[in-house]
Amino acid sequence: MCAGRECGGIREIMRLGEIIEILQAEVIWAEDMEIDIHTACGSDMMSDVLAFVKDQGMLLTGLLNTQAVRTADMLDMRCIVFVRGKMPGEDIVALAKLRGIALLSTKYRMFTACGKLYSAGLPGGCGD
Amino acid sequence: MKPITKRYEVSGDDFTHAGEASSKVKAALKQLGYAPDAIRRTAIAMYEGEINMVIHANGGLASVEIYPDRVEILLDDHGPGIENVELAMQEGYSTAPDEVRALGFGAGMGLPNIKKYTDDMRIESKLGVGTKVFMTVKVDREE
Repeated sequence: MCAGRECGGIREIMRLGEIIEILQAEVIWAEDMEIDIHTACGSDMMSDVLAFVKDQGMLLTGLLNTQAVRTADMLDMRCIVFVRGKMPGEDIVALAKLRGIALLSTKYRMFTACGKLYSAGLPGGCGD
Repeated sequence: MKPITKRYEVSGDDFTHAGEASSKVKAALKQLGYAPDAIRRTAIAMYEGEINMVIHANGGLASVEIYPDRVEILLDDHGPGIENVELAMQEGYSTAPDEVRALGFGAGMGLPNIKKYTDDMRIESKLGVGTKVFMTVKVDREE
């Protein structure tokens, strides 16, 4: 299902569908399942996320407020994954729809979710 | 050449809508055809400043001037002021209370991030009077 080429163990692109499968994630909202994700970033502190701009296509977070969506939007991210089975409120979903950002929820904790994606070939995007 | 000028009132008691002004500036720059990197740097720097105004200063006024080669932003608040600007500029230094950290901010990265993404940044702050954050982002227009 991976659309990217293998490159020294690191793939260039991962499709949203594959990410959903790896994280056994529930899709809260997604306009397009064919979104290409190049890199990801996991944090509950939004300024730490904003400190690195490197085509981070996806944010994994335990933060449940609209600023997670705004942070993703500022960085042109295409998807947010809420970890530990967290489900966003209506205000978060409404803003994500407005900005065209897909929302997923996974039962995995942050460490496990990031580890699963990283070991499947999704890089961090900051030289790591 | 006269710039495109935009002004936004940033409400101090509305964390949900904090960042709305930055989103509008981002959309405006996109529409004007500025380079994606410059748009992102402008949006992030202004967003960090906007969040600061909401969590530290009970809101304020954001003025944006869009020139062909740069974007100038002034964030003007009447909050408590910054006691030690040099210290506030250090990564990891924060006076934000725990409840702000629970909201995903207050890690002491806001001002350093603004400095990182802008080409010029200046802070004028007086205790008990307020803070003015001036920032300039140089942009390259896409042909």
